[in-house]
Amino acid sequence: MSEAISALQGAAFEGYVRVSEAGLRGMISLRGDLSAAKVKAAVKKVTGLAIPDQRQIVFAGEKGLGWMSPDELLVLVPYDDAGATVEALQVALAGVHHLTRDVSDARAIFRVEGDRAREVLAKLSPTDLHPDRFREGELRRTRLAQVPAAFWIEDGGITVVAFRSVAQYVFDLLKTSAEPGGEVNLW
Amino acid sequence: MLLLTCPYCGVAAEETELAAGGEAHLKRFGPGSGDEAFEGYLFLRKNVRGVHFERWRHAMGCGKWFLAARDTITLEVFGTYPAQTTEPPKALVAAIGKKRPGWEGPK
Repeated sequence: MSEAISALQGAAFEGYVRVSEAGLRGMISLRGDLSAAKVKAAVKKVTGLAIPDQRQIVFAGEKGLGWMSPDELLVLVPYDDAGATVEALQVALAGVHHLTRDVSDARAIFRVEGDRAREVLAKLSPTDLHPDRFREGELRRTRLAQVPAAFWIEDGGITVVAFRSVAQYVFDLLKTSAEPGGEVNLW
Repeated sequence: MLLLTCPYCGVAAEETELAAGGEAHLKRFGPGSGDEAFEGYLFLRKNVRGVHFERWRHAMGCGKWFLAARDTITLEVFGTYPAQTTEPPKALVAAIGKKRPGWEGPK
């Protein structure tokens, strides 16, 4: 087995907010009927977390569970646990119509940290990032310039997830947006 | 700029987050139907001036297809609803009828 490396190997940029590639994180895509009791029970059993409400994301320690669409969940686990978690989910969901896949290596994760992290993202996406509208606990799937992405508030910063194939593009976007001199000071 | 509320994820999605899918509520004419009906199904679309029902996909969001009713002249959005339906919801049609008294209804 070859050694896994993240898309940009931890590239970072110090602008008026800090932008960095966050390295490897286990991500599992789970599709199925999220309202079904069996699915709820299986997810709870494997992750210890209840399925979040519409557009919400919940955490417990290193694990997380995000609502992606009415039939899709994003399961966050440490990178090395992804394979075992997929197997555990498949066992727990045996006989239930569902799909689970380890998508960790298909994604790139970024961290945007600093007082004005919100505005760095607001420049790139059509999302209302006003502190009263976009709050901690919400997972927003949207676009960053030309590519799909998702982000949420975590540990005092914003975590951004995008496809690995566009990792460099997303990093460059965030970098340009965080360039000193580009402060908006709106919020 | 068009803002459509996705009925699946509840986001008031801006136009650039969406992909347009053309006219809604098409009836499919497949093998066994006449040439004219098949041609109509494949190629002939309404070009409405006024109330129009459309398909949209929340492409840069939850990825779901949904349907929307809007006015092509004023860009007023009357409402959006899930795609698992063959005709517009009655409540929505009634609401549009109230706002556009001369409107002859869907189809």
